[in-house]
Amino acid sequence: MILATLHPLQYAIFALVAIAATAVVLTRDVQRQILVNGFYGILLVILFVVLAAPDVALSMLAVSTVGYPLVVLIAIAKSRDK
Amino acid sequence: MSRQIRIAVLVPALGLFGFLLAWALVGLPHFGDYRGPYGYVLDRVVLPERHMTNVVTAVVFDYRGFDTMGEEFILFAAVVGVVLLLRQGGREEPDRLNDSVGSDGVRIGGTLAVGACVLVSLWLISYGFVTPGGGFQGGAALASSVLLVFLVSSHKAWSGVASDRVLDPFEGVGAGGYVVIGLGALIGGLPFLTNVLGPGSVGTLFSGGSAAFVNWSAGMEVAAANLVLFTEFIDEYVVPLAKGDAAG
Repeated sequence: MILATLHPLQYAIFALVAIAATAVVLTRDVQRQILVNGFYGILLVILFVVLAAPDVALSMLAVSTVGYPLVVLIAIAKSRDK
Repeated sequence: MSRQIRIAVLVPALGLFGFLLAWALVGLPHFGDYRGPYGYVLDRVVLPERHMTNVVTAVVFDYRGFDTMGEEFILFAAVVGVVLLLRQGGREEPDRLNDSVGSDGVRIGGTLAVGACVLVSLWLISYGFVTPGGGFQGGAALASSVLLVFLVSSHKAWSGVASDRVLDPFEGVGAGGYVVIGLGALIGGLPFLTNVLGPGSVGTLFSGGSAAFVNWSAGMEVAAANLVLFTEFIDEYVVPLAKGDAAG
């Protein structure tokens, strides 16, 4: 089985990613959702580091903490405007 | 559509999706069971052939440099598209916001953080062949670090750093430089993007040979492209919104 070959740390991070992803979906207020999504992004970064993919983790770090929230925040602000 | 029809459509679709998902999951290889022979080959040949200790960057900017050029131009085209769409109003001088961060602590700490983040980003780009990093990651990190100026200082300071006059040359040189380096090899009678300078010494800034320059041009292009995006979004959306707030 897939799960048998996982390191305990990988287990833990996978579980946290699953929890955070669910939390993102369950957060109803969009502004809060961006914050929760940022937290989820950081967990994904840790997951990539734990899975020995630091190059991907670095890209994810810049994209999930800056680029993505910026675009989404602006989209939300703009749609509230109308 | 009535509720009944929607449910009638949803249930079979969900069932089919669930079945396919379960089927795919059962057929997955074991965790860590890697079946790509190409990866194993590269793992062995990269260090002796190219003297680069980061195999990922060696693939991106040397062995598969041509693919990365396409990737870089996807980003370039996307940014050009955004600029064309957002600037349709024929904006003259972008409005300046009269804002500034009130807290001295945020200003001082933030400004110091900008320097530190920029330094780390440049290190990520330049040592991409030795340690994890490279032009793409470093470029994105560099753009994010510069965006900090907007967050910890004022719109005026940000407009000074991220103006078209500064960004456009970087964007152009970054995108064009990649092609020029490739063409350089072609002029010398070698295939496009051949690593002309050859392998450098392991563990140094130039361990990539001419791929180090390809790496730098990608870094410039990615950083400038992201900053152009940030500038466009801020000028088109954030500034009018902030002005509206101030007026209302």
